[in-house]
Amino acid sequence: MSYLKSWKRRFVNLFDVFGGEEAPESIGVYGPPNSGKTTLTNQIIQDCTEAEDKDDLMGSSSEVPHETRKAKKQEDITIEHNNEEIALSIIDTPGVDTQVDYEDFIEFDIDEDEAVDRSREATEGIAEAMHWLRGDVDGVIYMMDSTKDPFTQVNTMILGIIESQDIPALILANKIDLEESSVDRIRNAFPQYDVVPVSALQGDNMDEVYKSISENFG
Amino acid sequence: MSEENNSGGNPVSVQIDFVGKSRLKNMKTMEKIRLIIDSVKDNKVVVLEAGLTPDEEGRLVEMTMQQIGPEQNFSGLEIERYNREQSKGGLLSRIVSSNNKQSKLTIIGPANKLQTVENEDMMQAIISG
Repeated sequence: MSYLKSWKRRFVNLFDVFGGEEAPESIGVYGPPNSGKTTLTNQIIQDCTEAEDKDDLMGSSSEVPHETRKAKKQEDITIEHNNEEIALSIIDTPGVDTQVDYEDFIEFDIDEDEAVDRSREATEGIAEAMHWLRGDVDGVIYMMDSTKDPFTQVNTMILGIIESQDIPALILANKIDLEESSVDRIRNAFPQYDVVPVSALQGDNMDEVYKSISENFG
Repeated sequence: MSEENNSGGNPVSVQIDFVGKSRLKNMKTMEKIRLIIDSVKDNKVVVLEAGLTPDEEGRLVEMTMQQIGPEQNFSGLEIERYNREQSKGGLLSRIVSSNNKQSKLTIIGPANKLQTVENEDMMQAIISG
């Protein structure tokens, strides 16, 4: 079924070349928990929309894993680069993992009932995010924490799915503001992808991020 | 079956189910996923000779998430894949192995009970009881 969707995507792109109306691309922001997905999408919203206050942002971020437990879509994002504009929708997804244990939330002083609720919401969100990869996103920004070993089973699995679906993707090596950051480690692990260093928290190198988004998804 | 000792020194059995390539070839996606999830929920470790396709892995994660819950005493699974080719070689071998559509030997077990340790000459899967 995935090759049918791949051909559908190619057909739509061909239609666009011949003057069909372009629909805004839906770009999913994927990655393991705590890699900075929500922080990045908040930064993009602040930079590229009319958002003026915190209520317009995608959500809160914290050190507690699975802070984002439901995929959220922000439309009407306009990225400008080289005097060209591209219109996008950005989807902030929950961090993907193959396991969710409610006891992990208790370690962050969350009471048991809330921990169980969070765990249930996180599993629903991850299932939804995995489902969206099968045809509901036009591109993927894959966030990695550049202070950690990138060669994990989850990273390999998700990028393998993205590749098998023929979805254009870009890797952001986040947290370059931290001393332990190593962007080259990510480049060496996944040489077939554009890897852009960024600190979503500090807003460092966002120009390069927008340039890469424009080149990969425009 | 492998035996480990728990903290009290009593042996804890871990059942390892090997699923060969020919059997996997004859199974539909949902059959494979059900086999894996049911086995792992039963605290077994499953070794797939041929592994899963990317689409199957995605569906496995999706269905695993639907099974997780404290009432089911199940918090998910651990997947470890072992390339037939050396995956941490130079740039060319890395590209080749990442584009290698052949499935890899895959070990799937209960969450937090399966760990991979890489030594110079081999990769070890450690299963905790």
